[in-house]
Amino acid sequence: MAYYESVFITRPDITTVQVEALSDSFKAIIAENGGSATKDEYWGLRSLSYKVKKNRKGHYVMLNLDAPAGAVKELERNMRINEDVIRFMTIRVDSLDAEPSVMMRNKNARDEKNKRDNFKQEHYSDFNRTSSAQQDQGESQ
Amino acid sequence: MKSRRPFFRRQKSCPFSGVDAPTIDYKDVKLLQRFVSERGKIVPRRITAVSSKKQRELAQAIKRARNLALMPYVVD
Repeated sequence: MAYYESVFITRPDITTVQVEALSDSFKAIIAENGGSATKDEYWGLRSLSYKVKKNRKGHYVMLNLDAPAGAVKELERNMRINEDVIRFMTIRVDSLDAEPSVMMRNKNARDEKNKRDNFKQEHYSDFNRTSSAQQDQGESQ
Repeated sequence: MKSRRPFFRRQKSCPFSGVDAPTIDYKDVKLLQRFVSERGKIVPRRITAVSSKKQRELAQAIKRARNLALMPYVVD
C-alpha cells in the first residue's frame, strides 16, 4: 500500500476533544477501507498566515497513512463534507518517519522554554528578595 | 602582473547538499522562511545558490506550506 501524509485544519472554535474525535473518525474511515493510520500528530491551535473561510486561526492535525488510494479518496470526500474542516491536504510520500515531525519538535522546545522561563522567574524573584535583604543588612550596619 | 577581474564572485555551495544538510520539508516553516523574500516570494537560486534540483524541491515545499496557511502567498 502507498504511504500518505494528510494534514487538515479545523475551525478554531471547536474544542481539542472534538478535534480528537474528528481525527479518530477519519482514522476509522481509513481502517474501514483497508488502510491504517500509523501516526497522528496534533500541532495545536496555530494562527493562519492568511484568512481561510473567514478564520484567522485553526487546529492543525497530521495523519500518517498506509492506505490504498480508495481509502484516501473516501477520506478526502468526508473532509470536503465536514464543515469543521476548513482546509486539508494529502500528499504521497516515499516513506513515513516514525519520529515526531519538525512541528512537534518545535512545539516541545517552546513548551520546554516556557517551563524554563517560569522556573527562572520563580528563582529570579527569590533572588531579588535575598539580595534586597542583604542590602537592608548593609544599610543597617 | 595579472590584473584581477573586477567582479569576482566566490563560488558558493548549495545549502542542501553536503553531509549534514537539512532535508526539505513543507512542515519546516523556519527553514523555508529563509528562502522567501520579505514580500513572501521565492528567492531565485542565483541569489541563494541552491542547486537546480533542490530549488525545484524547495519551490514545491514552499507551495505546499502556502496551501496549508503555514506561509503567506503575499505579504503586504
